Amino acid sequence: MVKENGNSDQHGRTLSLRLRVWRQNRGQPGHFEEHFLAAVPETASFLEMMDMLNEQLIREGKDTFAFDHDCREGICGMCSMTINGMPHGPLPGVTTCQLHMRNFRDGETITVEPWRARAFPVLKDLAVDRSAFDKVIQSGGFITVRTGSAPEANHTLVPKQVADEAMDAAECIGCGACVASCKNGSAMLFVGAKINHLNILPQGQPERERRTLAMVKTMDEAGFGNCTNYGECQAHCPKSITLDVIAKLNRDYLRARVKEFFSSTGKPSKGGE
Amino acid sequence: MKLESKIPAGPLADKWNNHKAKLRLVNPANRRKYHIIVVGSGLAGSAAAASFAEMGYEVSCFCYQDSPRRAHSIAAQGGINAAKNYQNDGDSVRRLFLDTIKGGDYRAREANVYRLAQVSTSIIDQCVAQGVPFAREYGGLLANRSFGGAQVSRTFYARGQTGQQLLLGAYSALSRQIGAGTVKMYPRHEMLDLVLVDGQAKGIVTRNLVNGEIKAWASDVVVLCTGGYGNVFYLSTNAQGCNVTATFRAHRRGAGFANPCYTQIHPTCIPVHGEDQSKLTLMSESLRNDGRVWVPKDKADCGKPASEIPEDRRDYFLERKYPSYGNLAPRDISSRAAKEVCDEGRGVGQMVDGKRLGVYLDFSAAINRLGESAIRERYGNLFDMYENITGENAYRQPMRIFPAVHYTMGGLWVDYNLQSNIPGLFVGGEANFSDHGANRLGASALMQGLADGYFVLPYTVTDYLAGVGLSGRPSVDRPEFKAAVKEVQDRTQWFLQNKGTRSARSYHKELGKIVWEKCGMARDKAGLQQAIKDLEALRADFWKNVRVVGSGEQLAPELERAGRVADFLDFGIMMCLDALSREESCGGHFRTEYQDSGEAKRNDDQFAHAAVWEWQGENKHPVRHIEPLVYEEVQFTTRSYK
Repeated sequence: MVKENGNSDQHGRTLSLRLRVWRQNRGQPGHFEEHFLAAVPETASFLEMMDMLNEQLIREGKDTFAFDHDCREGICGMCSMTINGMPHGPLPGVTTCQLHMRNFRDGETITVEPWRARAFPVLKDLAVDRSAFDKVIQSGGFITVRTGSAPEANHTLVPKQVADEAMDAAECIGCGACVASCKNGSAMLFVGAKINHLNILPQGQPERERRTLAMVKTMDEAGFGNCTNYGECQAHCPKSITLDVIAKLNRDYLRARVKEFFSSTGKPSKGGE
Repeated sequence: MKLESKIPAGPLADKWNNHKAKLRLVNPANRRKYHIIVVGSGLAGSAAAASFAEMGYEVSCFCYQDSPRRAHSIAAQGGINAAKNYQNDGDSVRRLFLDTIKGGDYRAREANVYRLAQVSTSIIDQCVAQGVPFAREYGGLLANRSFGGAQVSRTFYARGQTGQQLLLGAYSALSRQIGAGTVKMYPRHEMLDLVLVDGQAKGIVTRNLVNGEIKAWASDVVVLCTGGYGNVFYLSTNAQGCNVTATFRAHRRGAGFANPCYTQIHPTCIPVHGEDQSKLTLMSESLRNDGRVWVPKDKADCGKPASEIPEDRRDYFLERKYPSYGNLAPRDISSRAAKEVCDEGRGVGQMVDGKRLGVYLDFSAAINRLGESAIRERYGNLFDMYENITGENAYRQPMRIFPAVHYTMGGLWVDYNLQSNIPGLFVGGEANFSDHGANRLGASALMQGLADGYFVLPYTVTDYLAGVGLSGRPSVDRPEFKAAVKEVQDRTQWFLQNKGTRSARSYHKELGKIVWEKCGMARDKAGLQQAIKDLEALRADFWKNVRVVGSGEQLAPELERAGRVADFLDFGIMMCLDALSREESCGGHFRTEYQDSGEAKRNDDQFAHAAVWEWQGENKHPVRHIEPLVYEEVQFTTRSYK
């Protein structure tokens, strides 16, 4: 159906909603709170609807719901709501901030929860602590290059196909929807994307094994679960990162372990530090 | 206020190299004895923090987001300029320098801009080595695209998310240092004051946003890379958290704020849809290559769907006014033209606040000429994004666009070393005023952030530290720190205890409306004077009636917002004062009294200077100082696009 443009003088549709929103203080058990919100324009984004709810709470003298958000254009990866059981809501390939209210019905009940994962403890209400992702990167998600020591950029040839493949993986915004959607709370899609980005580029080769072993080790220690190929992560990834990054991560991990085994000198391994 | 630009002597092309050769050094073994505080983790902040740590300094880095990777540099779409001349099309350092000076309408400092162009090439080397997946040719070499304000192809890009990829590069360098223990990273910390000891910047006060702890941190030097102030307009393309607080707190401690009235309005954003909107979304400027901009000739047609308005009743106003550049006229010019037709009542789209603020960007001619699939290939992702936000299919009906605040060229005043007038306070990236004059060219913000962070600050901060000596950083038990902590605590408590009735957001919206109307795309004397009065009244009301819910001991978004809005209110007044006192038009600053039939009219005799504002105390107007801009090599000319 072709929609005619929003040029008419009549305002667009508005919605009345019943909202079940998670309320939790740090270190304490949480619960759902129920609120009614009227006159939500269908043109509003989901986060603007949450702003309206918070403004209503302020008028009533009640505490607002804390939630993470920043760029509101789908790239910073900060927004993180589980909407009706789905991380980032019902639309494929978008973040919470890019979800608009026209995708909901008038009178609908909407359930809003934080990311649910052991490795992402709740800070308050809908905001969680995702620093485990940063720790994974800190352990090896980089190419070691000191400022000023880089060679002339065009001295390194990168075939277009390789650059494109690296770019596909590098689109990951680190939001954590993959972990939140996984029954096991696994971070394999995130770690797979990060490892693929760096491991397939020529610049990433010298540290390839070391990087892979270190990042997987940190991932395991951070409390993420194992991958059992449900594929939910791919379905909810707002950047449409695909499962093959996990297959390639497994291949690179195996390769690194084998290399580590055969290069072992009997001394304790330094790999992964 | 002492404003010494400290531009080195000698020919323009040799200044930076000569200067570097004279800068003092710190012995590698002594570097770990110095503590550097970096506030902000965008391109400039992450790059600087990582580089300092690689050199051996002890570094602490603070950001308000939950991870340094989320800073708003991440949202840049188009690309990053560098004078590599890989296209063999005549580019050079000098050409990039000249384009940037001209693009800035001759209101930037010559020597700084030249240095920016010089180090641009090293930035690309650095980023490629880090694994930034720039677009490539089939042969494996780097690809380029062209951008506004230049006649060469010098822009490097990574699909439509160059900002994210460059930031991930800087973030990975920073993460390596955090993992190695040389940088201590403090995410979800907001800087709420700068601490001076004996007139030198020696630390900051932060609030831990998770548990509310207010704490003082001492250091040998403080580096602010905290971004721009576009959110003073409430609606902008900036992230929700972007704020002026860090730089404004430094301003209150004596740092000069330069050219606050220079703001960039981007012409192609999705229009405002309603009162509850929180954010404006940019649509890449590249769309104007194939889209034609128009509005109805007759107001009476404005309520009709575009398909019911015949060709002869349409006004393609950019093509009419600027025949040689047409729909590709520069940002400031296109924005003003769109505002004009909407002010005449010929805007299109939904009524918001009794006005239609939008113009059509119509692809039907291009679709007829090239076919829908060609357009889909070029702009498919943008059309999808547009449909996702507006619910409209731009292959079937024209897009609606309107200008929005995008970038701010003004910022804390810095000398050639990027040091403010407070010794020990350095400022990098969008937070300083240094390189873009009165208007920034596309793909130059990323370049400046990384230039400052990777290739300027490591040299100039080292020089400062060598001068400080090894006497050691002051103790946080000193009265200066205790007093600053007390002030922040008192202000926080005041917000939490005030029995007000209005939310901080409602004040922010009202502030945004005032400055957008009176200090936005077009400004005039009477409007600015009115805006200052209105803002003073709004500020007085804010300090009586603001209501902040939540507790001080955990995440308290309303408390954060109230503090930022309070600073924006003071800042908004300063911005209007700056616009009022700059009696000329240049770049993004357009005073309707100073024009040649719609074109900006500069006054080089009286205003070829940076205006620098000095804080005078609560509820007092700041005082204006000037730094004359001395051009040694460039001649002033008039920009014309007719």
